[in-house]
Formats: sequence, C-alpha cells, structure tokens
Amino acid sequence: MALPARNQTAAIMVLEDGRTFRGESFGAEGETFGEAVFSTGMTGYQETLTDPSYHRQVVVMTAPHVGNTGMNDEDTESSRIWVAGYVVRDPARVPSSWRSVRSLDDDLRDQGVVGISGVDTRALTRHLRERGAMRVGISTTETDPQRLLARVLQSGEMAGANLSEAVSTQEAYVVPAVGDRRFTVAAVDLGIKSNTPRMMSERGIEVHVLPATSTIEDVRAVSPDGLFFSNGPGDPAATTGQVQLLQDALRVGIPYFGICFGNQLFGRALGFGTYKLKYGHRGINQPVMDRTTGKVEVTAHNHGFAVDAPLEGSTATEFGEVSVSHVCLNDDVVEGLELRDADGRLTSFSVQYHPEAAAGPHDAAYLFDRFSDLMSDRKDA
Amino acid sequence: MPKRTDIQSVLVIGSGPIIIGQACEFDYSGTQACRVLRQEGLRVVLVNSNPATIMTDPEFADATYVEPITPDYVEKVIAKERPDALLATLGGQTALNCAMALDKAGVLEKYGVELIGASIEAIERGENRQQFKKIVEQLGGESARSVICHSVDDLLAAADDLGYPMVVRPSFTMGGTGSGMAYDEADLRRIGGSGLDASPTTEVLLEESILGWKEYELEVMRDSADNSVIVCSIENLDPMGVHTGDSITVAPAMTLTDREYQKMRDLAIDIIRAVGVDTGGCNIQYAVNPADGRLIVIEMNPRVSRSSALASKATGFPIAKIAAKVAIGYTLDEIDNDITQETPASFEPSLDYVVVKVPRFAFEKFPEADPTLTTHMKSVGEAMAIGRSFTEALQKSLRSLESKHAPFDWHKEYVELDKASLLEEIKVPHDGRLKKVMDAIRAGATPEEIFDATAIDPWFVDQLALINEVAVQLIEATELTPDLLRLAKRHGFSDEQVGKIRGLPADVVRGVRHALAIRPVYKTVDTCAAEFAAQTPYHYSSYDEETEVRPRAEGKEAVIILGSGPNRIGQGIEFDYSCVHASLALAEAGYETIMVNCNPETVSTDYDTSDRLYFEPLTLEDVLEIVHAEQQAGPVAGVVCQLGGQTPLGLAQGLADAGVPIVGTTPEAIHLAEERGAFGRVLADAGLPAPKHGTATSYPQAQRIAHEIGYPVLVRPSYVLGGRGMEIVYDDAALEAYLEKYVANGLINERQPVLVDRFLDDAVEIDVDALFDGEELFMGGVMEHIEEAGIHSGDSSCALPPITLGREEIDRIRRSTEAIARGLGVRGLLNIQFALASDVLYVLEANPRASRTVPFVSKATATPLAKAAARVMLGESIADLRVAGVLPAEGDGGHLPDGSPIAVKEAVMPFDRFKTADGRTVDALLGPEMRSTGEVMGFDAFFGTAFAKAQAAAYGSLPLSGKVFVSVANRDKRHMIFPVKQIADMGFEILATAGTAEVLRRNGVQATVVRKHSEGEGPDGEPTIVGLIWAREVDLVINTPHGATSGGSPRADGYDIRTAAVSTDIPCITTIQGLGAAVQGLEAMRRGDIGVRSLQDWARLAAEGRNP
Repeated sequence: MALPARNQTAAIMVLEDGRTFRGESFGAEGETFGEAVFSTGMTGYQETLTDPSYHRQVVVMTAPHVGNTGMNDEDTESSRIWVAGYVVRDPARVPSSWRSVRSLDDDLRDQGVVGISGVDTRALTRHLRERGAMRVGISTTETDPQRLLARVLQSGEMAGANLSEAVSTQEAYVVPAVGDRRFTVAAVDLGIKSNTPRMMSERGIEVHVLPATSTIEDVRAVSPDGLFFSNGPGDPAATTGQVQLLQDALRVGIPYFGICFGNQLFGRALGFGTYKLKYGHRGINQPVMDRTTGKVEVTAHNHGFAVDAPLEGSTATEFGEVSVSHVCLNDDVVEGLELRDADGRLTSFSVQYHPEAAAGPHDAAYLFDRFSDLMSDRKDA
Repeated sequence: MPKRTDIQSVLVIGSGPIIIGQACEFDYSGTQACRVLRQEGLRVVLVNSNPATIMTDPEFADATYVEPITPDYVEKVIAKERPDALLATLGGQTALNCAMALDKAGVLEKYGVELIGASIEAIERGENRQQFKKIVEQLGGESARSVICHSVDDLLAAADDLGYPMVVRPSFTMGGTGSGMAYDEADLRRIGGSGLDASPTTEVLLEESILGWKEYELEVMRDSADNSVIVCSIENLDPMGVHTGDSITVAPAMTLTDREYQKMRDLAIDIIRAVGVDTGGCNIQYAVNPADGRLIVIEMNPRVSRSSALASKATGFPIAKIAAKVAIGYTLDEIDNDITQETPASFEPSLDYVVVKVPRFAFEKFPEADPTLTTHMKSVGEAMAIGRSFTEALQKSLRSLESKHAPFDWHKEYVELDKASLLEEIKVPHDGRLKKVMDAIRAGATPEEIFDATAIDPWFVDQLALINEVAVQLIEATELTPDLLRLAKRHGFSDEQVGKIRGLPADVVRGVRHALAIRPVYKTVDTCAAEFAAQTPYHYSSYDEETEVRPRAEGKEAVIILGSGPNRIGQGIEFDYSCVHASLALAEAGYETIMVNCNPETVSTDYDTSDRLYFEPLTLEDVLEIVHAEQQAGPVAGVVCQLGGQTPLGLAQGLADAGVPIVGTTPEAIHLAEERGAFGRVLADAGLPAPKHGTATSYPQAQRIAHEIGYPVLVRPSYVLGGRGMEIVYDDAALEAYLEKYVANGLINERQPVLVDRFLDDAVEIDVDALFDGEELFMGGVMEHIEEAGIHSGDSSCALPPITLGREEIDRIRRSTEAIARGLGVRGLLNIQFALASDVLYVLEANPRASRTVPFVSKATATPLAKAAARVMLGESIADLRVAGVLPAEGDGGHLPDGSPIAVKEAVMPFDRFKTADGRTVDALLGPEMRSTGEVMGFDAFFGTAFAKAQAAAYGSLPLSGKVFVSVANRDKRHMIFPVKQIADMGFEILATAGTAEVLRRNGVQATVVRKHSEGEGPDGEPTIVGLIWAREVDLVINTPHGATSGGSPRADGYDIRTAAVSTDIPCITTIQGLGAAVQGLEAMRRGDIGVRSLQDWARLAAEGRNP
C-alpha cells in the first residue's frame, strides 16, 4: 500500500551552524546524529546505504526521488545499512523493480535508521558546499531546534575519529577464487564492500578478508601474494595500527593495492599527510585522469579526506619512489599513488576512488587487473 | 590532444526544412557548432535551405549557402569553397544522407574533403540494422530477434518464424518513416510493402515484438582519446510501441537500479567504440522486459539527434557544442564545463531535478488521420518542463503544451467516469492517453489494472495516483488551508487547476497564494547537483525553500522575452528566430536579456542565447511569477510579447492587467487588430477597402451575412494562428455544418465570434512585413504569393521582391501599410495580408506582431528586422537605427535596388506522415487552414532559378527528362501553350486529359491522353492520371485549380492530383506563373549553369552596387 501523500509525522533537522530544515519522518522515528554529507549519485542508493564508509554520516541524496527500485537481496554491499541518518526529498511510495523484495522505507525502519524527507535537499547541499561538511541532528521526537542543536554540538566530530575497527569484520573469512586460484590476497577490512572481494575472486584471487586489527603476522600467516586495504570510514590521521602494518608489509616487499581509506593509509605510510576536504567527493560521476595512460575515467567517489602529496614529480621514500598516478579533474585532488622500485618497476599502488564501483561506473575495473599483473610479475621475479 | 592543425575550414550541413521527426533541434545543434568552430578560428562554410534558422544568419558562418541540401548543390559548394573537412553529424538524417551520397559519388575524395565526427563506415555500421545487430551480439549484448527482408515473400516467410505481432522497420529512413506494428498478414503486406518502397535500399527489418517493455535511451559522448561519458539517461513513460518522439519521456531514468543502469552504460560505451563513432554524440535506445529485466539494444543514431537537444537542455551539457569541439581534435578533459567554468566536460551530469518532455500533436489539422501512436512519429513539437519532483515536472509540462485539453482536470462536471471503458481506451496509445489514465484512476482503477492496460511502470502509475490523491484532498477539504495549497503547488497544480477544483477563478487562487507568501523559488540547472557553483543562470521554478536568482548588476535593466512554446503547425521556428534576435539585439543595446520558453528544440532555450534563461511554461501564472522574481532581482523595463507568435500575444492583456509593463505595441492595439469591428473602423478611417465581411456567433447570423456577401465565403474563428479552423464555404449546408462543429469544440463562442469574409477568387495575395515606430514606416519586404488566394499564406510559395507587381502597386501597399500601422498604434513589427483583385487592394488581415515570414524577409533582404523591432519596442526610432547601422541608411525592403536577387519561399507539407485508419495517406488538400511544417528558400538572380532551387530544396530537383502531366483551368489554357511547348521541346513527354490535349495538339504539341480521376479507370484497367502519379509514372505535374465545378465539389479533380503528387514527392506546379517559372528553372538546369552563392557574397555584390 502506498504511503499517504503526506507523512503526518514531522521531523526536524538542525546543522551545527544552526540552520534548520523541517520535513517529515522517513524510515525509523527517533533521533540521530552524524556528519552531514551529500551524495550526487542518481542510482545506487542501496549500495550507498550499505557502504561501511558512511558509518556515522548522515547522507543527503541530491537526487530527489529515492527508493524507486526498492531493496533487493543482491545489491547490498555489507551486512547492514551503515548511514547514521538519511535525508531525501521525495521517497518512493511503492517500489518498482523485478528484483525488489522490500521497500527502502521498510529496511530503514527495520534497521532503526532515522531519516527525514520533504527537505529542500538542494538548499542543504548548497549550504554544505559553501560551509563544508558539518555535524547534524535529525529528530522526530524533538520539536525545538535549539535543544536539538545543543545535542548536535555535543555529538562526535569526524576529524580525529577512528572508526574502521567498528565496521570491520571481527573474524577472518575467505572468499574463494572463481575458477583456478592464481593468487592469494590478504584483504584488511577497514569497511570493505562486498563487490571488492567479488571483483578479485573473478580474477582468480583467493581473498582472505582479515579484521582491521590484524598484524603483520596475521597477514603473513595466509602467505599472501598481495596485500589489500579497503575503503572505510573515519580520519586516516587517527589510524596508526594499520599504517604500521602497511609499512611492515612494504618492508618485506608484499605488493600492495589500496582503495579509498587504503589510499590514505598508503599515503601516510609513505610519509605524506592527509587532510579533510571541505565537503568531500561523493558521487558516481567524477572525472579522474590516469596519468600513465592520459585517459579519463568516470568514477565512483566517497571520500571526505585526501592525501597531501605533490602532483608533479616523485618523492623518495625508504620503500621506493612514490608519485601521484591519478588526479581528480574537477579539483586536482590526489586520487591515486604509485610506488616504484629503483628499477622503476611498480611495486604497490592505491586509488582514492572506487574501482569496485557498486554503485557507479565500471571504467576503473582495470585496476584489479593491474593488481593481478603486479602479483604475477612479482611471482615471476 | 589539442586542436588539430590540419583543418582550416569546415563545411557544416544543416537539416533543411522543418519536417516531422526533424525539427529545429538541428538549428540549435548547428548553431552551436558554427559558433564553436568560428571561435576556434576555423573558416565555416554552411549549407542549409531553411531561411528560418539562426544558423543561416550570415554572422554564424564565413560563407552561408541557403541552397538545397542535395548532393549536386552541395558538390557545387564544395567545388567553390574547397573545405578541408565536412561535419555532417549535426544536421540530422538529411545531412548524414547527403554526406553518404557525396561519398558514394566520389565527391569527397575528388575534393579531398575529410568527413569528421563519424566516418562513412561508422555511419553504416550504426544505421545498417544487420551490421549493428552483429556488433551488439559480438559485445555480448542482445538485440530483438529479427529477420531482414527484401521482398514481400521474405516478409511472409519471416512472419512464420517470429509470430505476430511484429515490428516493421524500413532501413535508412528518417524519424521512423514507414515503420509500424503488424498484427496480422494484412498489416504485414501493407506496412511492409510500403516500407520496402520507402527504404532507399529496399530493405525492411522484421522484429519480435517487445511491445510494452520499458524503454530507455542513453546519450553518449566520445572523444578522439577514447574517453566516453554518458550525458543523460532518458526513460519513456510510454512503454515500447510508441515512437520516442511521440512518447512522454523523463530524465534521468527513474526506475533503474545502479546495476541495470551500469549494464546499459557499459554496453553503450562498447557500442560507440565498436561502431567507430570517433568523436561526437550519439544515442542508443534500449528495451527492458519489466518481468525479468532482459535487456535489448534497439538502435543507435551515430549522430546528434532530437534526443541530444533534449538531453542538452535537460542537463546543461551542450552536446552539439562539445561534439563540434571533439570533432576538431580536443579531448573532453580539455573542454570546460560552461556552467561551472571550473570543472571539465569529461564528467557525467548529475541531476537534482526531474525533466519531463511531452509531445505536441496536430491531429486537429488532419481530422481523418488515425491518432493511434505507433513507431512512426507523428508529433509536430514538444514541450519540456523541469521540477524538483516528477509530479511537479509532469504537471508543468502538460500546461506547457498550451492545449486546454492537456492538463489533468478534476472539474466537478467530470465525475461521470466509466472505469471499464476508460481501461479499454487506454490500452491503445493516443494523444491524450495520460489524461485518460488519470481519469481511470479517479474512476477507481487499481494500479494493477492500469499496468495491465498500459504497461506503464508501476512507479509512474503511483505518481499519477499521488497527484490524484492531492486533487481529492483539494476536492474534499472544507477549506483551502495554507498547508493544502502548499502541497498542491508542490505537486505542480496550477492556480487554474486548484481554482477549477475549488470553484474559484485562477486569479483569486493566486491572490490567496500571494497573501500567504506561497511562491515558487527558482533553482538552477547546473550539471552537477549543486556540487559546484553554477555561473550560468539557467533556472526553473519549484515550490521549494531556497531561490537562486541573483540580484542584477548595478545599472542594468532587464527585458523579459516570452518565447513561443512548443512547435506546432502555424507557430514554429520562425517565431523562435525573432525571439533569439531580440535577445541578441537587446543585449547589444545594454539590457540584461531574460528568455522564457519551454521548447527544448530551440536556440532560444540555449543557455548561451540570453543573459538568463527560465525554462518555464508560458502561462500567465508562470510568467507573472518570473516577472515577480526578476523584479526582486532588479529593475525590469518590460516584457516582450510580440515576437513569439500567438502564445505570448495571448498573455499580453493578462500581464498588463497585473501591472506588468509590456513593451512595444500595447495590448489594446493588439486587440484592435484582432477584433473585427474595431479593425473595420481603423480601415474605414484610413479609407482602405476590405472584403465584405461580418462576425457571427450562431448559424442564423452567419447565414444572413453570407447571403449578404454572397458565396463563396471564407470563415474562421477569431484569435487563432495558422488559419486554425479556416475554411472556404460554398453553401448554406456547409456553413451550418461548420458552425455546428466549431461551436461544439469551443473555438467559436460569444467572446470569440466567427469571422465571415467574402472570398476573393482570382486574387493575387500579398504579404507584408513592416516596422513602425509611431512616425516612420520601414517596409521589411513585400511578398507575392505564387499560389492563388484561398491557400493559407503559410502553405503557399511566395517571391520577394514581388515578381509581377509594379512600383505603383507597391507604393499603394506602402501607403495602406502605414495607414494601418498608424491607425492601430503599432510600435514594432506588423504583418499585413493584402489581396489584389481587379486592381483593388483589399486588406485581408493585420497582425501587430512578428510573423512567420520575418526570418525569410530578413534573410532575403539582408536586414535584421527582428533585431530592429526589439529596439523600436524599447523606444528607439527607425531613424536612430539607421544611424546605428542596424537598418540601412536609406531605403527599405519595399523597393529593392535593381538587380537584387529573388528569394522564393516554398512550404513543406507533412501529408505523407499521416495515414487514415485504413492505412491510406490523408487527403493532401491545401486550403485556408495551414498544414505545412516548414519552409525552404531558393535564392538566385532570377525568378526561374530561384524557383528551381526552392523546388529542389523542398521536394528534390525538378526532373530533367521524363513525363509531364498538364491539366489547367479553362482560363489558363491560353497562357499554358507556350510554356508547355517549351517543355515538350526540351524532350519531355506530355500527358494531358482529353480537353487539354486537344488544345495542345491544335497548337502543335503532341500530348498523350490520360483519363481524368473523375472518369475512373478505363474498361481495360487504363489508369487515371491519379493512378499514374501514384505509380510514380509521372515526373512533373502541372495542374492549375479549376475553380468551383458545376458539380458543386469545388476543385475536386485538381486536389486529388495534388494529393497524389504530394504523397509521392513528385513536384507539382499549380499556377501559370509557377509554370513559367518552372520552365525558366528547367532551362537553367538543363544548361547546367545554376550556380551557388553565399549570402555574404550576395551582400558584397550589393554593397558594390553590382548586378550579379
């Protein structure tokens, strides 16, 4: 049965600078806090909601109609919805897709995710663009914006937050290779999306997904041909254990591939700093140039932090020469790093965006092949 | 990769006259391309026969050839200009076909011209269905199962395999010409048979039916470095079975998960690469089975298309402009996104709004045509609307159509709805189906029932149900609360809709709304869902929270120009041309220009055209809100209503009543011209004769007038454009039937009486476009119709300067024009139609606005009339404009210098697009109601050659040999002999009916006798002339109308001949003047010395005072 033309339960949303939006309840009722970020993807809300990188974030969808295709059992990127809150303009009243098994509203309710609808999401997005990502509270129980604001100001900030351990698997597990096993990879789960091991396994990689707290011994225990760090939430500067692990692995010469958070940690492991972007990149339409081929990829992004590395030239480190391999054409943000040995051979690399897509274009899927090639070269050598 | 350095000059081919399936979107794309190429420092050579286009304005190219787009004429241009490259992917199928023909004939090779954008091989791979299907399959995609057929036997054999129903698609035709759905063998023989004929390769594809599947389209852009981006996804609300051009379409796609969308995206990029479209835009269409998601690739266009224009307007990503840049070597990352000015074009636009496009049909012009929508495009225009939700955008789009039947209606009188019959009606797609779907929902149909009947996706059905629920709340509420009004506005309800439901006039609803401060805000189309700041003020309204209209720069005053809305017969590109010119002229004069329009095909809705663009419906409510928003932003000098045709003119009074300043001719003056009695007094005061006339609102009144005047009479409703409802009536019975019909459909009522005029037989019709500033008159041009009076001016061909009028007559016309301009109080443009009969100059009508012929006149006389008009409307005088160099320092278009070239305008008719329910082409009767969709111009030193060019541009060339059929009215027999003899001497075989043949024989011209249509076939099956024409056994038809016949069926024979000729694309000459002209044309063609000359060269010659 369709929802009524208007949901009678009111909801309010207050940003940490005091700007208030009024709307109607969507999903679970209650109160929630998080960092307000906007995502410009027009498809793929199911993947977005279940992406662990959105842990503790309140996601604003710029696409006005959300929920049109319902929820299915195939497109989920992890075991649950991770967003702290959800802001949409016009939620679908009935889903329509041959694969849909539940409505979005049902899933949000079942998982206790508080949302708000009927909001001028464009005004909100423009506000975040101009003022930067900031904390926000959504409530269906509070009617006084001032009181909600007080609680927003008490909520945790994203800068300095170490969140990957909260979203990581507690137990190691194995995703077997499709067909013959060509390689074994230790994939450290900092908030990994289901499609990442899937893309690897399709290339004959047996993926050992390890908890975020794994040590170099845990990694070496699976005798990997390569090490992988996934995407994940939080401030890379607040993450020290995994940086240590990565440096240990680089020292022993394990080829490394990192995505998103894994790119930021790679940067930190190589001695670069990371910083918080004003409002981040979240969408599936971002142009990135692969500087080795000069080709432009349209890519999926979800990052609020970035690596601070020189765009031109290379930097010497104890692990080799590192240079920026990918750049976002919109704003020249570092989107990829590559490490080469003294002979100029690629030894490790990482990208800030999402070659596993889901949601998003498949333009960068070649990076998984590049990882395979890297491991294959290493094996031959 | 930077710009190529080996290309210095580019030939751009336009798309020629506006026809169904190929409209002004190609002027939009071509104009963008020309602009870009010139900015890049290339020499641009342009060929386009359509004078109403912006692209053929001389400032858009270095050499502009208003010449026929046929391989021979284009070859002449190539020989003369020797361009390095040819860009043919921006001029629709016409340009692409012409380029293919030039290649086949070896012309491109001979002159070393490189085809850029897409190669011949790529075009063939994309357009040849068999090759394309193979490519799709190699890439792992699926096509519909199909069989290629080259004969009727092939068709029947394939049917056994595929099973009915199946889709019939002829190869290499444009806009789906000749395609259709065959439900049984009879259908297959009929549609497939004519499809074989229509295909230049006698090839028809039969396909499994995917009727009712979801339909999608992706717009792809690729550069020479193999970077590809998807500019836009489009979802059709009408499922498979209705041509995309006739479907309601929505952007972005609404009912795809990311997984399905990415699958389409991957395929699209693989396809464009495999087909080998090196650079530029193309679109790919898909069908998706709603039951299991099976994805089928339907087809691709390896060129910029109608959808590209829509996608450009829907996203702010200018496809044609970018296509032109990548064609000359740039890569996408080297091109800036105009809208953000800080990000590159190598991205995919993200939309935070919903775009809905709705088609506009013209079935009222072709009452006998079958209105069922099929895979064969029938719409003549479209409107687009943008909203923050689907409901808002949909309702805005429906009111943008400017048809009172289009918007949803919950009027109380409407309550007797029968669910069962509505569900039956909506099974068959037709114009207005969506409204019936809404009625069915009102009548209690469940979403499942609606889906079963229409296959419209359940999400869309629910959105319709949502709109209905809001309407029901409006109906049931005891009072119209602020919350309820807000809710209704948020879902796109107009003040008028709310008022109708609540029993209030729209202006009362508006008053309440304003008192409650419920007003729309204006958002920006920015390509990036607000991720980056937009520098281009391209706005749409929404009932949301925050507006983005920026304050005006200090010291700037704005002028708001109202466009002309969706293209329709009688109001098309010509009016957009004038609006664009006004915008350019006023920007030059220092104003901030603000364009309002809802037609995505146009140049006016290019965000580059005006300082600000509002993509909004042209209704009083929507315009008043824009005026209010802009007045908040800074000073507004006024609103221009005169240039966009009847649409803005109809808003003038309402705007003035609301206190909005109207610039130029006042609403009162407009009324004076429209209202017969008042206009009669203006004429009487000036001592000008008009045909005897009167006005009536009932049959007895009309009959009394008709008897007083004497039959035949010309009848028409007042306040219409394009001769809507205009007919020549010969007796009481016909008059009574006419009134019955138009009173019933509401076109004639107490406020809008019927006008009854004496019909002037044998008159020469004259059209005048002039400019008046209150003091001085500037004659733009005097056009003499080639056809006899009684055919709508929009449908008749004409010549400028007039070919048979002398100085004395033109002076008389000038005096009359000035008297009318003064009497009405015109400030700006004025169009008058005169008829010269028995040396009396009658005034038929005057329109104090830009006319359809303004672009033609401007081009023919090299004078920017619309630009001048815009400045006159804002207070400058003609004398000022002469000084400023906008108008010539002396003289005007009334008397052109000796040796001026002759421009001939020819209309292009859409009859071949419309079939009756039993599959025959509709009657091609020309009459006082306009039916043409477009026009061409032939331009040369002499009338004969200009005429021959116009014919070639409209219908393909006049024949150089073959059979010529002659049948003329008695009064013309004497004048026919000499020209027909000349034609016979050129070696043509002359066919004639018995009477004419005898006259010819007595004058020494041998003619083969053929049977008249009225005689029927002979005893041994001897065909009639009409049969011969249908069999394409005649190459040229000469047929002057016979006047009212004694049998009381006026002009019957002649019209049947014309119908056949028009349907078969055989040139048909209907006047003795035309015959004389054609003989001159034929002679010139046979001498082989018809040349081509650019507008710039003509202007140079004129400036040097040289005769060509």
